Amino acid sequence: MIEVKNISKSFNEHKVLDGINAEFQPGQVSMIIGQSGSGKTVLLKSIIGLYIPEDGEILFDGREFVGASIKFQREIRKEIGMLFQGGALFTSLTVEENVMFPLNLFTDYSKSEKLDRVNFCLERVNIKDSNYLYPAEISGGMQKRVAIARAISLNPKYLFCDEPNSGLDPQNSILIDRLIKELTQEYNMTTIVNTHDMNSVMEIADKVYFINKAKVWWSGNNEEIFHSDNKELNDFVFASELFKKIKENL
Amino acid sequence: MNIFENIGKYFVLMKAAFTKPVRAKIFGKRILAEIDSIGINSIWIISIVSVFMGAVLTLQVAINFENPFIPRYLVGLSTRDTMILEFSSTVICLILAGKVGSNIASEIGTMRITEQIDALEIMGVNSANYLILPKIVAAFITFPFLSILSIILGIVGGYLVSLFTGVVSLYDYVYGLHYAFIPFYVFYTLIKMCVFAVIITSVSSFCGYYTQGGALEVGVSSTKAVVYSIIIILIFNLILTQLLLT
Repeated sequence: MIEVKNISKSFNEHKVLDGINAEFQPGQVSMIIGQSGSGKTVLLKSIIGLYIPEDGEILFDGREFVGASIKFQREIRKEIGMLFQGGALFTSLTVEENVMFPLNLFTDYSKSEKLDRVNFCLERVNIKDSNYLYPAEISGGMQKRVAIARAISLNPKYLFCDEPNSGLDPQNSILIDRLIKELTQEYNMTTIVNTHDMNSVMEIADKVYFINKAKVWWSGNNEEIFHSDNKELNDFVFASELFKKIKENL
Repeated sequence: MNIFENIGKYFVLMKAAFTKPVRAKIFGKRILAEIDSIGINSIWIISIVSVFMGAVLTLQVAINFENPFIPRYLVGLSTRDTMILEFSSTVICLILAGKVGSNIASEIGTMRITEQIDALEIMGVNSANYLILPKIVAAFITFPFLSILSIILGIVGGYLVSLFTGVVSLYDYVYGLHYAFIPFYVFYTLIKMCVFAVIITSVSSFCGYYTQGGALEVGVSSTKAVVYSIIIILIFNLILTQLLLT
């Protein structure tokens, strides 16, 4: 479980996060939603330590992360898998080398064991016959799936996804969403997904945090969104005609 | 951002880079790859520039020494000492600052803006150590060899121009090469190359590592890397010359 307690973060005196509290449970996909610039990415990057919050605590299964030494933070990070918005695959490495990268650094597996693990992870994300291709030679959807394969190669306890569907067509989006959900349940990971794609929220979210004006404005499950009378949440979620019609028909 | 903040950030980055690598085997492989990228790939440009500069130096000195009171063997001596003392260290490093420095800054800068460095950090990898230290070590190893190569090829260039133009006799040229040779000059140039290797790779890595924005900013970082490296090389050239030769 990841606990976020009273986290605050500012940039040039502009408060981006103001006393954020949240709990992310294992085996669940928790989603952070909000408008562009609302602080979703800052919250996600603060949780994983890429930004240092000014106040508050972040606990990974009870282990304090914010004030911990860099060495201890690196130990915790070995339990984290992360899917970046653009995939962040190493462009100079092949698909196979990308997935093998964490295994080379942090395991004592033999070469054949590493290859088995790489192939298992790639098959798990439905990538076949692409081991020797470079990221530039595969599609955006495939890059995201390879990035997921890399993220799960060390059996992480925590999975973070920053806008996993951005730049993908609807079919690939659903594919990635379902993959995240399946992997979360399969490995009992604590998964946090940062998105503004409401289809994803409706598809896979177990818990939703709506960030607005630097605060957690609303939280609940995806069913509850339809019945909420929170104005800002409704303005955000039901901005599209499609979702307005869905709500009207409920 | 003021200059003192940048200097502070540079030393913080170097402190992070100069730590024990996670895996010696991977570190070794990274060094070999960087030796290829930084050193081996620079041989052709160093060779071409050195041969032509040696040839031009010989021609210019020979033309300017058209005086019966100046012995002709001084043409060989001048070419040798200019190559050893200044050209094959400082000028070569200014060229390498352009070639290697911009390459390092753009490589690391691109990794920064495409979140590849963040990905390394999230995996628990010390990105500064993983990306920067192999480059510094590789340059530290290869730059002195490039300097030796440059000295040899510069002298060969002078020899060839003497052979084909007859601007100075081969006997005088070769005699000048042997005349009053001070071996410490070679040691001095190798020390300079080692220092400049660290300057080029670390300053360029620093410029790339703190890139923010997009493709345009990568270009800016690349330019900054070259400019800063050149200025710092010139300053250290003066300091080292004062310390070692006077």
